Amino acid sequence: MKPPLFEYVRVSSVDEALDRLTELGDEAKVLAGGQSLVPLLSLRLANPAYLVDINRVGDLSHIANGPVVRLGALSRHRDVERSGLVAQSHPLLSATVKYIGHIAIRNRGTIGGSVAHADPAAELPTLLVALDGEIEARSSRGVRTLAAAEFFEGFLTTALEPDELLTEVRFPVLAAGTGWSIQEFSRRNGDFGVVTVVVTVAVDSAGRISEARISFGGVASTAVRASSAESALVGQTPSAELWKSAAHEAASSLDPSGDLHGTPQYRRHLAGVLTERALVEAHGRVEEG
Amino acid sequence: MTMDMELTVNGSAYQVSADPRRTLADFLREDLRLTGTHLGCEHGVCGACTVMVDGSAVRSCLMLAVQADGCDVMTIEGLERDGQLHPLQESLRDCHSFQCGFCTPGFVMTALAMIEEGSAPASEEELRENLAGNLCRCTGYQSIVEGVIEAVRRTTDQSASAQGAVEKRVS
Repeated sequence: MKPPLFEYVRVSSVDEALDRLTELGDEAKVLAGGQSLVPLLSLRLANPAYLVDINRVGDLSHIANGPVVRLGALSRHRDVERSGLVAQSHPLLSATVKYIGHIAIRNRGTIGGSVAHADPAAELPTLLVALDGEIEARSSRGVRTLAAAEFFEGFLTTALEPDELLTEVRFPVLAAGTGWSIQEFSRRNGDFGVVTVVVTVAVDSAGRISEARISFGGVASTAVRASSAESALVGQTPSAELWKSAAHEAASSLDPSGDLHGTPQYRRHLAGVLTERALVEAHGRVEEG
Repeated sequence: MTMDMELTVNGSAYQVSADPRRTLADFLREDLRLTGTHLGCEHGVCGACTVMVDGSAVRSCLMLAVQADGCDVMTIEGLERDGQLHPLQESLRDCHSFQCGFCTPGFVMTALAMIEEGSAPASEEELRENLAGNLCRCTGYQSIVEGVIEAVRRTTDQSASAQGAVEKRVS
């Protein structure tokens, strides 16, 4: 239960980090908050030759408002959780961050680290996929912006190249009047959800659903959208039966695998129950416009 | 290869060198012999190794010692002053918030951070959520929660009476 030998490289600017990543390539792992990487080291599931510690990089901790909330890769979960700015402009993001681990984990854990780690049960990737968020990556070759759907490639696997550093994560703000909900079931407070669902619902002036988003964590190798259920909702008039049938449609579209936390059947059942609750809650938050 | 570093632990300045693979928890226990910080799971699940770094509760098993370079660290050993227990420690003692005591240092540091941040929880449910990252294998949670509630009461009463004294002096 002790980390293996590695060479420790502390960098103090993005450029320095990029130089080192270019030089060291896939021999190096970036160390941000360390709340996922250090356990992987201690359990000897990761064995990088170099750790590039970016904690002293000064300009990666921003929390910026706008039509898109932009979070620097090094912004800590706890800072986002306590940000009045985020609470006001993006209450769904605020609510989501509270589900991440415990206070001591959120004090160290970073937004960029969680996204780059790409655990399919983690909350932030589920939210990013729901919102069609974006990820900014830099390398000495340049800057590129990736859509969440193309960034998350599989279990703990992203489109980041070995010489790239994730520098910013972008969460589009919901259109005015849009309702939202996040529902998660976990065995213990602070654990990853067995199933997590993020839902947004918008209703037009005629009282019909104009847009619906349903995104699941914990049911596939990445976060996934329930697109068939989303399109089935659009144009419909909200009702208890509609939520029930959409939740059933969403759950049936999933093909989860089983592990010690739950069988595929159990996960599909949870997905249905949580989706229905999320749709009801999201609709309750809709301000018709 | 070890790295030179400077840090403050419980008010004392240290100039030391540490192997980068050494966690802060192992550094505190093995190098500084501050064995009050306990190690349970060693991968961030149990909370027994919780310490304060620059005023925030962190898991010392998930931080490398070299990352604490330049930081102000506080461990369970730093609470008592001149033989006087911290009000949080007294409250826990008075409420019998211990069984085997292994998890206690982690609970104390988590609760201390909560009290010092001034984020006293509005309800018992919120308090339980704040403490949920610490596991007690004896399952003595009820008395721990009671102890922390008592500590919150005593520390807020204390600051309220200090506030009262200030107001009295002003008038």
